[in-house]
Amino acid sequence: MSEETTDTRRALLEVDDVTIKFGGLTALDGVTFDIKEGEILGLIGPNGAGKTTCFNVMTGVYQATSGQVRFAGSPLAKMQRHQITKLGIARTFQNIRLFKTMTALENVMVGADAHSKVGVLNALFRTPRHRRTESAAIEEARELLKFVGVGGRADELAANLSYGDQRRLEIARALATKPKLLCLDEPAAGFNPAEKQRLMELIRKVRDRGYTVLLIEHDMRLVMGVTDRIVVLEFGRKIAEGTPAEVRENPAVIAAYLGVEEDDDDAAS
Amino acid sequence: MNRYYDFAPSGLSRGWSAFRGWLGGLLDNKPTRVALIAVGIVFVYALPLLNLPVITTSGVDFGGVMFDAAAYALIAVGLNIVIGYAGLLDLGYVGFYAIGAYTTGILTTYHFHWPFLLALPVAIAVTMLSGLILGAPTLRVRGDYLAIVTLGFGEIIRLVIVNTHWLGAAQGIDNIPAPPNIGPNAPGQGGGLFQVPHLSWGTFPNIIDVGHKTPFLKFGPIDAIPFYWMIVTAFFIVIIADILVKNSRVGRAWEATREDEDAAELMGVPTFKFKLLAFALGAAVGGLSGAFYATRNGFISPATFLLLLSELFVAAVIVGGAGNRWGAAFGGVLVAYLPDRFRSFSDWRMLVFGLALMALAIWRPQGIFPPRRTRRALAAEAQIEELEGEAVDV
Repeated sequence: MSEETTDTRRALLEVDDVTIKFGGLTALDGVTFDIKEGEILGLIGPNGAGKTTCFNVMTGVYQATSGQVRFAGSPLAKMQRHQITKLGIARTFQNIRLFKTMTALENVMVGADAHSKVGVLNALFRTPRHRRTESAAIEEARELLKFVGVGGRADELAANLSYGDQRRLEIARALATKPKLLCLDEPAAGFNPAEKQRLMELIRKVRDRGYTVLLIEHDMRLVMGVTDRIVVLEFGRKIAEGTPAEVRENPAVIAAYLGVEEDDDDAAS
Repeated sequence: MNRYYDFAPSGLSRGWSAFRGWLGGLLDNKPTRVALIAVGIVFVYALPLLNLPVITTSGVDFGGVMFDAAAYALIAVGLNIVIGYAGLLDLGYVGFYAIGAYTTGILTTYHFHWPFLLALPVAIAVTMLSGLILGAPTLRVRGDYLAIVTLGFGEIIRLVIVNTHWLGAAQGIDNIPAPPNIGPNAPGQGGGLFQVPHLSWGTFPNIIDVGHKTPFLKFGPIDAIPFYWMIVTAFFIVIIADILVKNSRVGRAWEATREDEDAAELMGVPTFKFKLLAFALGAAVGGLSGAFYATRNGFISPATFLLLLSELFVAAVIVGGAGNRWGAAFGGVLVAYLPDRFRSFSDWRMLVFGLALMALAIWRPQGIFPPRRTRRALAAEAQIEELEGEAVDV
């Protein structure tokens, strides 16, 4: 995890001078950074800094007013959201958005279906191809549920899982789309310290499996503890970038994000 | 506590769950399950012959009523794909019903003189295509907007028919041929390969009514029962197809789209494509039912395909339980059957029917037979609510 190797790694996702305007409001203002393959990048900033907007432009929910987002070299503009997912960007949601009436297993299978080519005719005639993809999807989904730690509740309805399990299920569902880049939008929101600890371990495990991770998070301890690099946004502009240690020392970050004097840790909130 | 979702174990519901447990245990046994399903299917086919008391309609031909009930059940199953699975409120479904009926009517009468069996697949294909054509531009809007656009579609189809001479205009099309008969058809013998007697309840024990037989298989204007058998067969085929498609990637994609369209899209579901598919498949089933209606009636006119019918179809799905194919089918049977059963109330029957719908909307908004998972989710919700209520009390 030394800095030299991080810098020589290929950039998986490049955010290149991206500006987004909603009417008169500039949500992102010329933001440039990249995510290198195999790293955990933290994206932090005070509320309203543009973190989620940044997320949404990467996953195709918003189109950039100017600038470009490139994934593995190819620009994402004008691409449909499900195509971006197939290309290899998966995400979770700040406010959990599971398919509530489906079981945990089915939720993950929806993700696994992203690369399936089985259509209505295959399903209707129960072709060998249908059977193959279906059993592969089930197996994969079970394995992912076990990986994130909700293996025992595969057949529960998503709505009936506990809050923490729902958050973990979202990660499993995103991983099922076989992404290269996993974007986690405040995955620790509402977690207690013990759960946060488990989440940090899970994020590291995800990275160790070869995924690149982008983490948006409010909890500074978690971000500092798990990320390789951090990008700091404030009012839609990038104000700092570097290793956790560098960012922690950066006076602009301390002034803008951590606030004045005493308030050195947002985790309290 | 919300009384709709009150799952507290009252005596009645305890008895009910015991019954369910017993039924579930019975159905777990595969030979028993197969036997029960077989008995059920035979019963459905035999229903119009049995002349069961209470349920048999008085004053209206029971075979005809059963045909209508089966036709509505078929429509409800088709509309359930659109409303129940994909979550798209389609208020113009009568348009597809009309397209199916008119394609059959046009192809089999003076324009083309095709036999019915040749026209049937074409009618299904044309309706499916019309579903795609309607869906491609309209499925980009969501929710209430989609409902309004489809509402317009249903009416446009009818108005186009009224104003097109080639389509028979307001006079409609008559002399639509019936499906081909099976077996000899000499006059005076009743026809058919053999004749199925009806059951008579006039005396005890019941006797087989040899004076009243239905020929197998002769499609005529007098006896609707062969048409009933035909549409029930189609119904079962559609149900099997429905089960196969729902329990696959396609069904999951529909459900995910219904639950959260944006999240589904971001999980790689091409939601537009799947919504269009639901629309086209639903339309095809509606067209199938329309084709049967045309051949059974022998005459179609735009006055049949009123917007009111669309609302009745939607009511069937909602009443029965959107998302559950059997619930929807039951709802279809109900909305077709009840007005005929209570025909003796004359003008009051629609009022009774309307009151029954309102009562249902108040006391069982999720439908008579909601999908099992909806029941599970509601039960869990009630449980949580109860726990929270207790916490507040403490």
